[in-house]
Amino acid sequence: MPSDTAPVENAPGDTGPPEPNHVLEFPGGYTRSVGPVIGRFFSELRDGRLVGVRTADGRVLVPPSEYDPQTGEDVTDEFVEVGPVGTVTTWSWVAHPAKEHPLDRPFAWALIRPDGADTALLHALDLGIFEEGAKPPKFLRTGMRVRPRWRAERTGGIGDIECFQPEVTMINAPTRLEYRLKGGQALRRFLEGMSEGRILGHRCPVCESVIVPMKGLCPRDGVPTTEEVELPDTGTVTTFAVNNIPDPRAPEVPFVSAYVLLDGAGLTMLTLVAGIPADQVRMGMRVKAAWRPREEWERTMGNIKWFEPIDEPDVPFEEIKDFM
Amino acid sequence: MPRPVAVVAFAQTEHSGEDRGMAEIEILAPVITEIKERTGQKQFGFTCSGSCDYLAGAPFAFVSALDAIGAWPPISESHVEMDAAWALYEAWVKLQHGDIDTALVYGFGKSSQGNLRAVLTQQLDPYHLAPLGIDAVSLAALQARAYMERSGAKEDDLRAVAARSREAGHGNPFALHLPAPEGDDYDVAPLRPYDVAPVTDGAAAIVLAAGDRARELCERPAWITGIDHRTEPHAPGVRDLSRSDSARVAGEKAGATGIEVAELHAQYTHEELILREALGLGEDTVVNPSGGPLSANPMMAAGLIRIGEAAARVHDGSASRVLGHASSGPCLQQNLVCVLSGENHG
Repeated sequence: MPSDTAPVENAPGDTGPPEPNHVLEFPGGYTRSVGPVIGRFFSELRDGRLVGVRTADGRVLVPPSEYDPQTGEDVTDEFVEVGPVGTVTTWSWVAHPAKEHPLDRPFAWALIRPDGADTALLHALDLGIFEEGAKPPKFLRTGMRVRPRWRAERTGGIGDIECFQPEVTMINAPTRLEYRLKGGQALRRFLEGMSEGRILGHRCPVCESVIVPMKGLCPRDGVPTTEEVELPDTGTVTTFAVNNIPDPRAPEVPFVSAYVLLDGAGLTMLTLVAGIPADQVRMGMRVKAAWRPREEWERTMGNIKWFEPIDEPDVPFEEIKDFM
Repeated sequence: MPRPVAVVAFAQTEHSGEDRGMAEIEILAPVITEIKERTGQKQFGFTCSGSCDYLAGAPFAFVSALDAIGAWPPISESHVEMDAAWALYEAWVKLQHGDIDTALVYGFGKSSQGNLRAVLTQQLDPYHLAPLGIDAVSLAALQARAYMERSGAKEDDLRAVAARSREAGHGNPFALHLPAPEGDDYDVAPLRPYDVAPVTDGAAAIVLAAGDRARELCERPAWITGIDHRTEPHAPGVRDLSRSDSARVAGEKAGATGIEVAELHAQYTHEELILREALGLGEDTVVNPSGGPLSANPMMAAGLIRIGEAAARVHDGSASRVLGHASSGPCLQQNLVCVLSGENHG
């Protein structure tokens, strides 16, 4: 057992002579004979197979040993391919990996009984990317089904399995489809108004309420509508939600999406509310559209960036309660 | 009938949780001096020690410790690369031969000077376990989960063991005095830092004597009425980690019944629960009144200290039937049980 000494830096503030860093290492490692049983196990590992050895009473030991641990009897010559899928029989969770550990991010140690084996193999279990110090994930359980991740370059050793991973039980299936939309006559007319900085609605000939954006019919009475009405860009927040998940259409997180009842309208419109801290938005608050600069106007609702509060008294709940 | 042999003296260091700048032999020598003075013995029929060279990182490190006992004129001496509880077993066997009447047993370990977890990895199977780099605490955590899932014990039950051990340790002048367990962060889940015995430097010594020699050296000798040790397969994957069959069998062979005080070498909280079950220790048995390894765990001495602490209850007359236990290897692989009695034997 040769040993070596090398000076190391002292801790900051320590002005004494450097402490010797005593290292015990056999350069190149010990050379060990593995014998026919462990040798077979390692040879099969190098070929990407997991094998156990059968005992005289028919049990399959993985990793194989030369003797039956229960009886001390020699094992048979029969090697059996097992797994590679196995079941976790117990596990521990390493939130702070040490430099000696096989993974540099939080992982589990597990005893894994490969299918077809009667004993368990100890190995590391990679469950994905976790931040240092993370708690064990909920899906990590005794009984979990796992399989080895083989190294591309194998040399005949337990490290030929880089680690185990959970069996695939779920996949992420992204979908993307593209459409060319034509919004219909009423919407075309509404967006035409938007491109001119006007908010257009239709008045219902039956209930006389103004529908904005218009659809060409009254959703309440089911009758066609054609009478155009231009509405002001002021209104009242009837209800709202504070969103904490980022959205490309919103200025920042948190953002507020709100139903705004334009003055004179009989329906609310879904818009953003900004220009005020999210926790100060309230039902009944008076707001006004914030338009983009005129030169940026297109045929889109996006010409209105959002609604901002205006300095007017709140509308009493009684007056907006039918528009929630 | 085995020859009656008793623990007649026990000494230990005030253990330390950090490197106090003393070499192993400087930690050990005062304990040897103390036990020689207490027994009035300068020479012993046999000397046996337990230590681990990997703790010092130097081959045959135990040989230099012989300077602490004075090996001239030449003495009859042996060493185990294990906890000194196994050195005590060897000394007990030697005393059974009948040609000597006294034996000195000692153990020492300075775990603070290296990375104990990494050092203990070297005791593992070099083919399947050591190359993975799995450490002692990670292995223990596998056993903790297996035990909890089988028994229904909860993490709070583990915490209660730590709380009781640390509280008891405050009454032991030789133990580290650790604060009450707190915090929710895991070390290696499901074990939290307080579930794991502290890294400790220290040493201990015991004098064994046979028959009348024991009665000369000690007012109330702690007679060894049964001692046995058992081992299980090396590979953790072939064992039922939720139980300790080797502790159970060793306890049965040593006659561990009617125990008033048990000192268990439980280096993790769940190990105490597994050992209580395996040894059949009920509510009426006081476990680890010294604080146990969770309050001070000098490697290679902590098992011997369990026997010494148990014997001390007989020496001071506070108990008449006690048990000292030692363990070695990953996940309680090997267990030694020593039953001691104040009854007059031989």
